[in-house]
Amino acid sequence: MRRADDAIQIRFAGALGDFSLDVRFDCPMQGITALFGPSGCGKTTILRCVAGLERLAGRLRVGADTWQDDDRRLFRKPHRRPIGYVFQEAGLFRHLSVRRNLEYGLRRIAPTERRVPLDEAAELLGVRELLERRPERLSGGQRQRVAIARALLTSPRLLLMDEPLAALDHQSKQEILPYLERLHDQLAMPVLYVSHAADEIARLADHLVLLEAGRVRASGPLRELRARLDLARDLGAEADTIIEAEILAHDETFHLSYLGFPGGRFSVTRNQLPIGRKARLRVLARDVSITLQPQTDTSILNIFPAQVEALAENGPGRMLVRLDLAGTPLLAGITRKSAERLRLTPGKPVHAQIKAVALVE
Amino acid sequence: MPELAGIWSPIRLTLLLASVTTLVLLILGTPLAWWLARSKSPWKEVVATLVALPLVLPPTVLGFYLLIALGPEGPGGWVAGLFGGRSLAFRFEGLVIGSVLYSMPFVVQPIRNAFAALGERPLEVAATLRASPWDAFRSVAVPLARPGFLTGAVLGFAHTVGEFGVVLMIGGNIPGETKVLSIAIYDYVETLQWAQAHLLAGGMLAFSFAVILATLLLERRIGRGEP
Repeated sequence: MRRADDAIQIRFAGALGDFSLDVRFDCPMQGITALFGPSGCGKTTILRCVAGLERLAGRLRVGADTWQDDDRRLFRKPHRRPIGYVFQEAGLFRHLSVRRNLEYGLRRIAPTERRVPLDEAAELLGVRELLERRPERLSGGQRQRVAIARALLTSPRLLLMDEPLAALDHQSKQEILPYLERLHDQLAMPVLYVSHAADEIARLADHLVLLEAGRVRASGPLRELRARLDLARDLGAEADTIIEAEILAHDETFHLSYLGFPGGRFSVTRNQLPIGRKARLRVLARDVSITLQPQTDTSILNIFPAQVEALAENGPGRMLVRLDLAGTPLLAGITRKSAERLRLTPGKPVHAQIKAVALVE
Repeated sequence: MPELAGIWSPIRLTLLLASVTTLVLLILGTPLAWWLARSKSPWKEVVATLVALPLVLPPTVLGFYLLIALGPEGPGGWVAGLFGGRSLAFRFEGLVIGSVLYSMPFVVQPIRNAFAALGERPLEVAATLRASPWDAFRSVAVPLARPGFLTGAVLGFAHTVGEFGVVLMIGGNIPGETKVLSIAIYDYVETLQWAQAHLLAGGMLAFSFAVILATLLLERRIGRGEP
């Protein structure tokens, strides 16, 4: 029972036009779950089915509530579902001011259910100065922030975001991402986040659902999925690992910051994050090399003892090696020749040399 | 100085007829336009054709059928019977019915286009913000389709003011009841009262020009999103 009340259970099957969808997966009732896949894989359709905007046969439970169950002929109309929906293009009502847009949903829920006050949402998304403006006088990034605030003001039990950054230029994206992270940290609200941008997912998601041609390829916590060889192989040169670490110290002399994780200590370029802050590091597999002995006469700073866990072919002449760094998985991309020369087999102790690492938040 | 007392009655009657007709058309035309804009029914285009028929039919044809329908032998006569009359033809009520049918495409078409131009998205957004379909229609679709309503109302009004053939067929020329402006002008010309005819015709010209100019200016303002 506990499990059922703690999760969002999604099962949909059916066809829309000549596109067929057949998905079943669960995701947790907290954090950001990313629906990830190439365009046309059905991620937006799933989101629309969850919102009730589209109807495919199936069952949908959110915590203890059933929103759709075709066996019991149950289907809650979209306006009766406690959701917030952020569309790809903001979809602000152009006949209303920003303030009236924000109030639109707020006024339509019972006063006792209003858990997010207007001032707080406006503050969180940085739209306080825009309240009296008309939507057409806003930039793309501002519009999207208003749309997110408007969705939050209905105090949803589930926030649905359909590529909220896809229609924005790079600068507007960078402007919004910190707000999304604040959202993640400050609101205990599960989010289903549709995207086809791997870097957004690396930065935001906790849980990942990989979709392909209307089917679920894999679903699980982000870190585990990212290090799975069969999935990473598809990414080719883009295969990467996300490592969660914590800021330990800053080194002014060498302009470095040190981040700790169970497998050791990373040195990265000095950043401004406070000590103790959790951060994500993204390591591309092609930036990881393997040595049998720890190298001391090298310019590479980040070297960790590791154990080979598994190997997989990755295109002609290349291998992906999954390493275990005291419990943290790491992918290394090497040539098949190197793998044979080093006689890499599962269980073998090695050292991982990491040439480059990027802080993603 | 020509006798001018007689020109006020047709002006009053015409404005009343046009106002009532426009009001009835907005009430009937809005749900019809909504259905035409959004329905997937195969009957949709058949209904749309019926609505558009007055655009191509000679007014006398429409007037002829209306005369039969409204007369003592038609359904109009039956309705009139309920109120102690014999027929709806040659009465103000009959003129309203005729004008509603005659001006319908001018009101329904712009509103339908405005609804269709909205697309699905604003209504979906409204639904995810807890608005029921009726609420979304009222608070989102209608305000966003405002230019269409304005165009429809103005065209419907102006077209009713300018109506001649249908009125002649079903209304005749009864002062204070069915003698509207266009009939009055015809009447004045027939009886060689040129001064009155000039006055009314010139007035109509100025009125039509002012109405259409005002609409265009208003539409531009609404289009820019100012209230």
